[in-house]
Amino acid sequence: MENLEPLLAGHPFFQGLDLKHLKVLVGCATNVVFNSGQFVFREGEDANQFFVIRQGKVVVETFSPVKGAIPIHTRGQGEALGWSWLIPPYKWHFDARAYELTRAIALDGKCLREKCEADHEFGYEIMKRVARVIAERLEACRVQLLDVYGDQG
Amino acid sequence: MAKTSQKIGDQALLERSHFQQLLDALGKRGYKIAAPTVRDKAIVYDEVASVEELPIGWTDEQGGGTYRLKRQDEPTLFGYVVGPQSWKKYLFPPEIKLWEAKKSSAGFQVSSEKMTPPKMALVGVRACELQAIAIQDKVFSEGEYIDPFYLARRKNIFILAVNCTRAGENCFCASMKTGPRAGAGFDLALTEILDRKNHHFVVEIGTELGAEILAEVSCEKAGEEITAAAEKAIAQASKQMGKTMDTTEIKQLLFRNLENPRWDEVAERCLGCCNCTMVCPICFCMNVEDYTDLKGATAERRRKWDSCFTADHSYIHGGSIRNSSKSRYRQWLTHKLAYWIDQFGTSGCVGCGRCITWCPVGIDITEEVRAIRESALVGTSAVSMKEKSHGKP
Amino acid sequence: MATKDERQITMGDINSNPMLPEMYSLQRMRKETYDTFTMELEPTSGSRGISYKPGQFNMLYVYGIGEVPISISGDPAVHRTLVHTTRAVGTVTKAMWLLKRGDQLGVRGPFGNSWPVEESNGQDVVIVAGGIGLAPLRPVIYQLLSERYKYGKVVLLYGARTPEDLLYRQELEQWRARFDLDVHVSVDRASGNWQGNIGVVTTLIPNAQFDPMHTLAMVCGPEIMMRFTVLELQKRGIALDKIYVSAERNMKCGIGQCGHCQYGQAFVCKDGPVFRFDTIADLFTKREI
Repeated sequence: MENLEPLLAGHPFFQGLDLKHLKVLVGCATNVVFNSGQFVFREGEDANQFFVIRQGKVVVETFSPVKGAIPIHTRGQGEALGWSWLIPPYKWHFDARAYELTRAIALDGKCLREKCEADHEFGYEIMKRVARVIAERLEACRVQLLDVYGDQG
Repeated sequence: MAKTSQKIGDQALLERSHFQQLLDALGKRGYKIAAPTVRDKAIVYDEVASVEELPIGWTDEQGGGTYRLKRQDEPTLFGYVVGPQSWKKYLFPPEIKLWEAKKSSAGFQVSSEKMTPPKMALVGVRACELQAIAIQDKVFSEGEYIDPFYLARRKNIFILAVNCTRAGENCFCASMKTGPRAGAGFDLALTEILDRKNHHFVVEIGTELGAEILAEVSCEKAGEEITAAAEKAIAQASKQMGKTMDTTEIKQLLFRNLENPRWDEVAERCLGCCNCTMVCPICFCMNVEDYTDLKGATAERRRKWDSCFTADHSYIHGGSIRNSSKSRYRQWLTHKLAYWIDQFGTSGCVGCGRCITWCPVGIDITEEVRAIRESALVGTSAVSMKEKSHGKP
Repeated sequence: MATKDERQITMGDINSNPMLPEMYSLQRMRKETYDTFTMELEPTSGSRGISYKPGQFNMLYVYGIGEVPISISGDPAVHRTLVHTTRAVGTVTKAMWLLKRGDQLGVRGPFGNSWPVEESNGQDVVIVAGGIGLAPLRPVIYQLLSERYKYGKVVLLYGARTPEDLLYRQELEQWRARFDLDVHVSVDRASGNWQGNIGVVTTLIPNAQFDPMHTLAMVCGPEIMMRFTVLELQKRGIALDKIYVSAERNMKCGIGQCGHCQYGQAFVCKDGPVFRFDTIADLFTKREI
């Protein structure tokens, strides 16, 4: 049974986290593996998990009836996946699928939410990190929208 | 032998030697007779005038993706089960012209011809096929819109049904509760009895028309012993079914398992060849095609059989919704066994087994249902359509 | 069963043959955007026309080319003129784009069910349209406005890709000028000239003025847009059985007999195209159904 504490401590997402907060996290963490093509989460389902990817690649996608699956962006080694677990209504708005064999640490979102509520210092540390991810995604998304490689130049 | 006049529900005994009289009586009334015949090593439906054109002494051996005719010693008339064709070829023809348009000074004019569909007697309709006709009746003549082409043909049909006394290797009408005894809807129903001493048929009268036709044929009232023998033979067929399908809560089972990995598995085998939909007596998907002649002076619209297995069956601008083989097979099976129940109040399968026989890779609908039942997903939400539709004008 | 003498059935009677089109003539053709146009049709025979409800569609036939289902986007109170807005994306619609005044079209219909205008009596109404999705919803707006007193707040949220893709510009501005109609428009992308909202149409929902407890919502647009719109409406507190969406599927007959338009148990041509969301919620997020 792998001890998840060093794995979490070593993951870029949790860099700088106090040891006491790390121990709280470990209580909510499990090791998970996804085979190539396997869904990590599905649109519409309850978002009760948060993933930090150790190895591999996950694509966040949606689908349209005629175009089929439309990939939106990917998350890989060292990155975090999913914030819907922290923002109401706590449901996934997209599908996520492993492109290749992916190892990650899954954190129980429901458990984490409760811990954030109980200990606001812990909650703030988590919220800071998630907020940074969301901001980065938003900015990247805006630039993607600009379609800089297209005709508008 | 006296010609007796009987009423609905009565059972008569018809000797093999008098069978031709039955066909003659129908012919005299203006009926064209469609019956099983042997052609290209299969039992197909064709127009006949004489009983000698029936598959006398033939039987069949069917399996997953296999069909063979074999000769047998007994000169049975109906010693086989069902072949690649179904009676829908007469009621719902593979191709018809819907209307014609001619260019005019104002633009164009649309016209259609008066229909004069022939009176047809369908001879040798099995219980499963009889039920299939009843189901297609629901689709084409019992909804909000009636298909006049179907109705015109349907009104002119005489049905001579046959109760099966032998079940085929792929038959599962007993599971679907559609046979082997012919249910309601026949004019006359026969049970063939052939032993060392006799070759005759117990004939049950289903309608007044059936009684009228039978009145022209030499036969006598069937005694208790013979009707009991007929019942026994039918009961035996019921126990002898080649396949079974557990239809317990099948609607809910399939709704819960739309994402079952079994669909991926069957998709690896399915070729999308459309054989199953073509041989199925109930499948009714059709396409509408518009044509013009080279000068553009006339245009016409035709209706043709189609299949949900084709790539563009679900095409809307930009692409098809059911792109993968998996989604199409899932659509076919889920429609047939589950959605049909909500749409038309019955299953869309009568257990005739044709789809199993004529699938080039032998995909077996009963096996697929069994596999899904055994690997059923738990905990996924069931699809419900609480109201079938709202806001109907 | 088979009767003795009923052998001839005429199909000339339109009422008995739903596959036979009626002739209509093109009165007016308006190009709305670079690929979208509106046709106004009137019956060639001079008949009174048909009555239809908002949400219904007709099958339109172009001589020798083919037939397509197009929603009716006119005023249901006007029977003689049929208004159809569509994009020129396929063989038939591209042929329609080239039609001239006086050209004839075959019309079959009206088919399908309708938007829940009656069910909206006494309620606030939120209409969310994306792109060409405004076309099938326009008859709803006409009907609501014709009996305005029956409804509470009426809100129209409309999103398009760019300002050049907005449909019915003039009408939108007229509606916006009314005091009893709340109209908000947003585009996904714009150039410097646009001073209005920029962002997906769902961003208009959080601030829209309506009472979620007494609101009925009607949504039409690309499926992805509808999925996110429903989520946002839900977040505002509207129950799933008060949200209606429009589904689109391949149609060949329009009368539930060709099998092409099936969507789960429903035939989109007769059980739809309008669906109360809770009845299809499970299917909506499943792929390739």
